[in-house]
Amino acid sequence: MINQVATNGHATSNQNGIVIDCKLKQVYYGDFLAVRDSDVPIEKGKITGFIGPSGCGKSTVLRSLNRMNDLIRGFRFEGHVHFHGQDVYARNIDPVVLRRYIGMVFQQPNPFQMSIFDNVAFGLRLNRFRGKVGERVEQALTRAALWDEVKDKLKNNGLSLSGGQQQRLCIARAIATEPSVLLMDEPCSALDPIATRRIEELMIQLKQNYTIAIVTHNMQQAMRVADTTAFFSVEMSKGGRTGYLVEMGPTQQIFENPQQKLTKDYISGQFS
Amino acid sequence: MSPALPAVEGRAVQATGAGALPAAPRLRRSPWETRALRSTLLTAGAWLAAIVASVPLFSVLYMLIVRGGSRLSWEVLVELPPAGFEMGGGFGNAIVGTLVMVGLGALISVPVGIAGAVFLAELGPNSSLAAAVRFAAKTLTGLPSILAGVFAYASVVLVTGTYSAPAGAVALAVLMVPTVLLTAEEAMKMVPRITKDAAYGLGCTRSQVIWKIVLPTAMPGILTGVMLAVARAAGETAPLLFTALFSSYWLVEHGAVGLMRPTASLAVLIYNFAGMPFENQIELAWAASLVLVMIVLFINIASRLLGRRRA
Amino acid sequence: MSIVLEGARSPDSVATDPSSWDVLADRLFRGLAKAAAALILLLLAFILWQIGRRAWPGILEYGVGFLTSTTWDVGRGHFGILPAIWGTIYSSFLALLIGGFFGVVMAIFLTQDFLPPRLAVVFRTTVELLAAIPSVVYGLWGIFFVVPAIRPTANWLYEHFGGIPIFGSTLSGPGLLPAALVLAIMILPTVAAVSQDALRQVPYRVKEAAYGMGTTRWEAILRVMLPTAATGIFGALVLGFGRALGETMALAMLIGNSNQLSLSLFSPANTLAALLALNFPEAGPREVQVLMYAALVLLAITLLVNIAGGMIMNFATRSIRK
Repeated sequence: MINQVATNGHATSNQNGIVIDCKLKQVYYGDFLAVRDSDVPIEKGKITGFIGPSGCGKSTVLRSLNRMNDLIRGFRFEGHVHFHGQDVYARNIDPVVLRRYIGMVFQQPNPFQMSIFDNVAFGLRLNRFRGKVGERVEQALTRAALWDEVKDKLKNNGLSLSGGQQQRLCIARAIATEPSVLLMDEPCSALDPIATRRIEELMIQLKQNYTIAIVTHNMQQAMRVADTTAFFSVEMSKGGRTGYLVEMGPTQQIFENPQQKLTKDYISGQFS
Repeated sequence: MSPALPAVEGRAVQATGAGALPAAPRLRRSPWETRALRSTLLTAGAWLAAIVASVPLFSVLYMLIVRGGSRLSWEVLVELPPAGFEMGGGFGNAIVGTLVMVGLGALISVPVGIAGAVFLAELGPNSSLAAAVRFAAKTLTGLPSILAGVFAYASVVLVTGTYSAPAGAVALAVLMVPTVLLTAEEAMKMVPRITKDAAYGLGCTRSQVIWKIVLPTAMPGILTGVMLAVARAAGETAPLLFTALFSSYWLVEHGAVGLMRPTASLAVLIYNFAGMPFENQIELAWAASLVLVMIVLFINIASRLLGRRRA
Repeated sequence: MSIVLEGARSPDSVATDPSSWDVLADRLFRGLAKAAAALILLLLAFILWQIGRRAWPGILEYGVGFLTSTTWDVGRGHFGILPAIWGTIYSSFLALLIGGFFGVVMAIFLTQDFLPPRLAVVFRTTVELLAAIPSVVYGLWGIFFVVPAIRPTANWLYEHFGGIPIFGSTLSGPGLLPAALVLAIMILPTVAAVSQDALRQVPYRVKEAAYGMGTTRWEAILRVMLPTAATGIFGALVLGFGRALGETMALAMLIGNSNQLSLSLFSPANTLAALLALNFPEAGPREVQVLMYAALVLLAITLLVNIAGGMIMNFATRSIRK
């Protein structure tokens, strides 16, 4: 086992298996340098949390993993993100292909304007799944802790559910195709505390089957849920604020014994 | 002694001893004061204007119902137009002609309009091509309908050598395309970004996002635009005057569908008959107007209801 | 440090690469969409070219004199569209005076809190339905209602004020005034709709500021709301004018189609669109050339006015947003 001491910008590697190895050098929106120098390995079977003050680029980094940022004009990624042994930012890689193997849940619940069943089945049909769609839908909804609440109304429109239920529907939709990695961008920020708790419990259960990377602005959530935590911060640069990875390591270590002063300050609430 | 304060309309101010406050302003307003009076008169004027502006609609509808309704009957809907001194007759072929030409026009303009709107809203919204297309579409909405007819005349009639239904359909399509394009673009732009993000996140290609998410979600708005364009096209006369001309016969004759000949339409029939010195034809013109307005209003109201169901 | 990807793709995973059909269909569809958009741009160019090229022989033969001559004699081949140009502009201008005024007043009426919401819907629907009535039906109504209705007044005005040029003839049947009145009704919805948008775009804080100073409702409207929305309302008027210029059927049926140049409201006149409508169906090849020339003139005028109107509206929305 190779253990490297955590220093600015690099992280320890446990030979458990790294599903996505992100080696970010620079990320630009047009001329604006949004994030720099962040190496974030996402380990299999664990929940990796991204925390940090607002504007530190944690969402940008997360969305760079499945090339969702490509949809934004002027976006430029310099560095490598290795998945499946391949650099997903290589010239000949089609982001559409990549996104089929990585699931994503967004900040605001965004079910499609169709029935609950069709929402969950969407990914299955997209991938031309030839097996029993109904079974897969039930499995996904069960794993998302939503099956009991909707099993009698699968034909209802997905938008007729409450906020928390909609988000669990989105989770079910994302995991229906059994992606190896699930990316979650502040999935609870639009939800009330009770719905939030349910989703946090859900995440811990999902860990058995999926690798999860989650961005959260709520430190306590990271403490409760994440196995590994990556702390990002912002610095002033010409043209704006640039984010970067300060420290990454096992959650307990980050919160109880942070190596960097900046991390310590953030944890103790000196800035947010 | 404090100086006299200037009199302010509506306020009685008295100069009292130095250092004392001015008397409380009179806040209650008499409706007869100049400013208030002016405002009331103007409001009355506005009401009057609004009613005057509404009168034509009711006058038109009234005359349609009275003069058109008196002639409306089953015969009138299925018979052919009468010649000069003939009595009776109807405009069945004109109804068919209008439906066929508007239908053909829609067949051409709706796919082109929606596909173009897909480009404007999703594929290249900020490109210079998109800006040019939007400018062209907005300019085309102001194209006089008769010039659409002139264009179709030059492009279809002169080329095919005959007046025909397709020529009329092309003229109508030219008038419909800009409306369909611009309303479809607006409808597609309203699809929330996060919903599309979800589809992208699942690994959809751009076309899949458009076909599976954007178009279905925007469909009510798109249909509203289509229906408005269709309603307008149904009522147009000028584009058909020298493209489809007119005919006193059915489209289907001796078992063959004859599209490449002059074709009747409700609008042209009304125009032709309105100018004739025969009472019979004038009555038919009113009846045809009633039918035409009913069709147009029906489509208009249907599109409105469709739009409201979305909300 | 090596990267281990054991089971990066879980055994139950359903995910597949997009099929080759998916990829092909994507490229095809995107290409078609772009082509459709380009087609519309090409359509405009094609229309301009088609009318221009068919008008060219006419332009060569008749030159600029076409625009200034007043004769229309098919037999002898003398053509002039000055009366038509004059009629187009005069009738549209009159229509704008009346329709524009009522349209703006309607817009004020509908946006400045004069009506409870349900009544507002009634009036708004009425205006929108006015726009839905086909032009030819307006023409029919004009012939059988408007003309007889205004004839007594018109002739009274002629008898008593015939000296004033605008009242200088009798109204026997069709003529400028009935045509202009119907035209006014037809452009009222356009002016009203665009003006409503312009008034709605006035930021609430401006309205607040006016009322906060104790203005009456009409003082707020006339001194603050209208001036702020002025550019947009001006644009509405320009667009309404453009619409009037291109209107055909109602005018063809009501204007009288006579090639007289007259100031009188009651004399028959002609417009470019009506000229085309009337003469095209029966025209021989020589006359067609000439009519194409007239069509080109109409195209040029309406394009200019509509583009100007569009630019004014763009300017208006941008300046309000600041």
